[in-house]
Amino acid sequence: MHPVVRTVLQRLGLGLVTLFVVSLILFSSIEFLPGDFGEAVLGQAALPETVAAFRKELGLDLPMHERYWQWLKGMLTGDMGNSFSGRGASGQDRSRPVVELLGPRLANTLFLAAMAAVISVPLALFLGITAALYRNSIYDRTVNALTLTTISFPEFFVAYCLILILSSFTKIFPSLANVGPETEFWERVYLTALPALTLTLVIVAHMMRMTRAAIINLMASPYIEMAELKGTPKAEIILRHALPNAWAPIVTVIAFNLAYLVVGVVVVEVVFVYPGVGQLMVDAVTTRDVPVVQGCAMVFAATYILLNLFADIISIITNPRLLHPR
Amino acid sequence: MNSERRGEKGEILLEMKDIVIDGFSDDKWHEIVKGVDVTLRRGEIMGLIGESGAGKSTLGLAAMGFARPGCRLTSGTILFDGSDLMTTSEADKRKLRGSRIAYVAQSAAASFNPAHTLIEQTVEATVRRLGKPEAEAKADARKLYRDLQLPHPDTIGDRYPHQVSGGQLQRVMTAMAMSPRPDLIIFDEPTTALDVTTQVEVLASMRDIVEQYNTAGIYITHDLAVVAQMADQIKVLRYGETIEDADTRTMLSNPKKEYTKSLWSVRSIEKAEEESDDNILRVDHVDASYGGGVKVLDDVTIDVPRGHTIAIVGESGSGKSTTARAITGLLPPTKGQVLFNGTPLPPMLKDRSVEQLQKIQMIYQMADTAMNPRHTVRDIIGRPLEFYLGLRGAERDRRLLELLEMIELNETFVDRLPAELSGGQKQRICIARALAANPELIICDEVTSALDQIVQKGILELLLRLQRELGLTYIFITHDIATVKAISDQIVVMLEGRVVEQGMKSDILAPPFPDYTKLLLSSVPEMDPDWLTNLLAQREQEGGLASAGN
Repeated sequence: MHPVVRTVLQRLGLGLVTLFVVSLILFSSIEFLPGDFGEAVLGQAALPETVAAFRKELGLDLPMHERYWQWLKGMLTGDMGNSFSGRGASGQDRSRPVVELLGPRLANTLFLAAMAAVISVPLALFLGITAALYRNSIYDRTVNALTLTTISFPEFFVAYCLILILSSFTKIFPSLANVGPETEFWERVYLTALPALTLTLVIVAHMMRMTRAAIINLMASPYIEMAELKGTPKAEIILRHALPNAWAPIVTVIAFNLAYLVVGVVVVEVVFVYPGVGQLMVDAVTTRDVPVVQGCAMVFAATYILLNLFADIISIITNPRLLHPR
Repeated sequence: MNSERRGEKGEILLEMKDIVIDGFSDDKWHEIVKGVDVTLRRGEIMGLIGESGAGKSTLGLAAMGFARPGCRLTSGTILFDGSDLMTTSEADKRKLRGSRIAYVAQSAAASFNPAHTLIEQTVEATVRRLGKPEAEAKADARKLYRDLQLPHPDTIGDRYPHQVSGGQLQRVMTAMAMSPRPDLIIFDEPTTALDVTTQVEVLASMRDIVEQYNTAGIYITHDLAVVAQMADQIKVLRYGETIEDADTRTMLSNPKKEYTKSLWSVRSIEKAEEESDDNILRVDHVDASYGGGVKVLDDVTIDVPRGHTIAIVGESGSGKSTTARAITGLLPPTKGQVLFNGTPLPPMLKDRSVEQLQKIQMIYQMADTAMNPRHTVRDIIGRPLEFYLGLRGAERDRRLLELLEMIELNETFVDRLPAELSGGQKQRICIARALAANPELIICDEVTSALDQIVQKGILELLLRLQRELGLTYIFITHDIATVKAISDQIVVMLEGRVVEQGMKSDILAPPFPDYTKLLLSSVPEMDPDWLTNLLAQREQEGGLASAGN
């Protein structure tokens, strides 16, 4: 087997192990949280028997390992259990499967993340490469100063500034990104433009500076001097000689930022009233809706692991030492 | 395509007049090349020789109109084929570079881009700058690989730089320089990093190809014997100034200046050998391997006489340094043992007692990387004083000054960082660090190979004096036969993880030789301009190069 394939399979296996460990930690840490869903719903005044009956109905009376096993089995078959909310003291069960709650929200989140990524990644690479090319010029300094400024402000502030300029004053984009399941594609793009732009401004600096630093770091290499002595023009030196060797650190930072776009955008979602996973999770935490919290957390963990795996694979296949062993 | 512009042999190709180059350090500009003239005719090779810091590389690069970052071409004229590179635009200079003037760098391993195949890099300038069709350029590159006697010339170009050896890379780089058929090639210490046996092959192939295509060259080196094989004329540089200029034979037979003579005299130290039966260390039938894979040491037995020097010689990959790692416990042997003063040493470093560690010290080839760049000399030498001897405060500082005195440095060095020391001074500090432990045995791993000849001489003399005064035992790992002659009593010759021979210096260096020892000894360049030619003729006669060299 080619060593790269082996390494990729190895990483994939490790990713699964990590995900399993995360599920254990997640399940047990929620277990140790103070408070109880039964009491939270029924109120402090509820009779102990009522609470016990309610707990039994939800399966909360079973020993922890059994419940974990049930949950894990469900997860493996794509069933994340049912949400607790919708079950009231009345005894009626109007609860919905977590998958049903999470599904459309996740689609929204991924759509927004993709929008932001499609704008920010090429932009960051372009800015990073050109900043390296014109290092220490006015252009370089301006790009650095601007991106650093946008990353320095809290994201809600950036969001409100954009709303003020692009929505209130100029009315180019709507200030609310209230998409629904029926919203068609271009309408969706139009509605999510402002949140995507906000996220772009927040993450572009990080990626751009890593691109610039990774390239500049290589510019002192003897093989870059050799390229210069072979009469290679500056732009070609960067694109042909430096960039192919700089992918590993750049991709790591890109993966990190893409993961942030999926798991860390709750503030932006709130500002634009965007129905994403972040809001869902925050709501679930306030109502102690444990299955939803667990579902969201597992999705987040899987996102992180997948994106990092992806970054690892890119690092490996851009490293000729690993791709073409001796 | 080049035949029209290639002029007659003997016509002046490059004329540099009164070149001044400044370098920026300590917040101001200093002159590093101070008004040097160079005249080079077509088809001619000029040797530039001097210690490091003499400005040889800087001057060589200036011939391409290029200054490294932190340097600037201040004044003078660089007439290359009629146009002055001091005044031509960057774009025009770029058109010359890689097409009419090419460069062969010192470290081929670092100068090839790890991301591209060798042949892509070989033809890059020819295809992308000169516009030659790619297939044609690649076919020509393969022909050059063949001319340079690379193995598998038709496929080696499809490999990546990390997949071929250093000697092969150096030849591929020569092919890369040759691919656009330049008028001038700058060779910047192209064989310094190679073994003597590989060096001979690379030198021979470079010389042939330059001759074949009537290319002019500037050959930069600090090794006189090497330059004597390559150059028609030699220029000696020191501190950025020309010391002496002459054609090669005149220069070698009749050097005028004291400094030039001192360059010649470096190989003159020769220690008188002494026999001894009292062994301090015995490497007893040791096998070792990395990660349980291929055996890198195979049944190695070496006796080290007390108070004397044993030199381990062999080319890279022969197991010299691995032997040192087995002795120090960095690589536990898979079989056999190491006896020190008659008692076996624990195979693993971590199982050894402080006294056992203290008695065996090491000095490394790269003094730069063997010292923490953020530690001062006081920290570097003080650490073993505290760790092994428990010295503190004033007592420690007193001993520190004694040690500095032993290595011929003074107290002004105490608070310096490694970056503030020259190459030779760094190596001296490493010697002092080894001495600080009061060792009985010091393993010196290629300690002089990164240094200039004159500095080498100083270090070797220092080591010999310390041996006389302190009764130290040295294991001297080297591939340089001149160093072996200078310092050793006994010699061990290694090849492919095995000991080929062990014996007194006079026995090993006198015939009859086993094949490998002969190849190794005959590969050491001599101060005779005809040495390489004669050697090659002789080897061809014996048919020995093909069988022993590869």
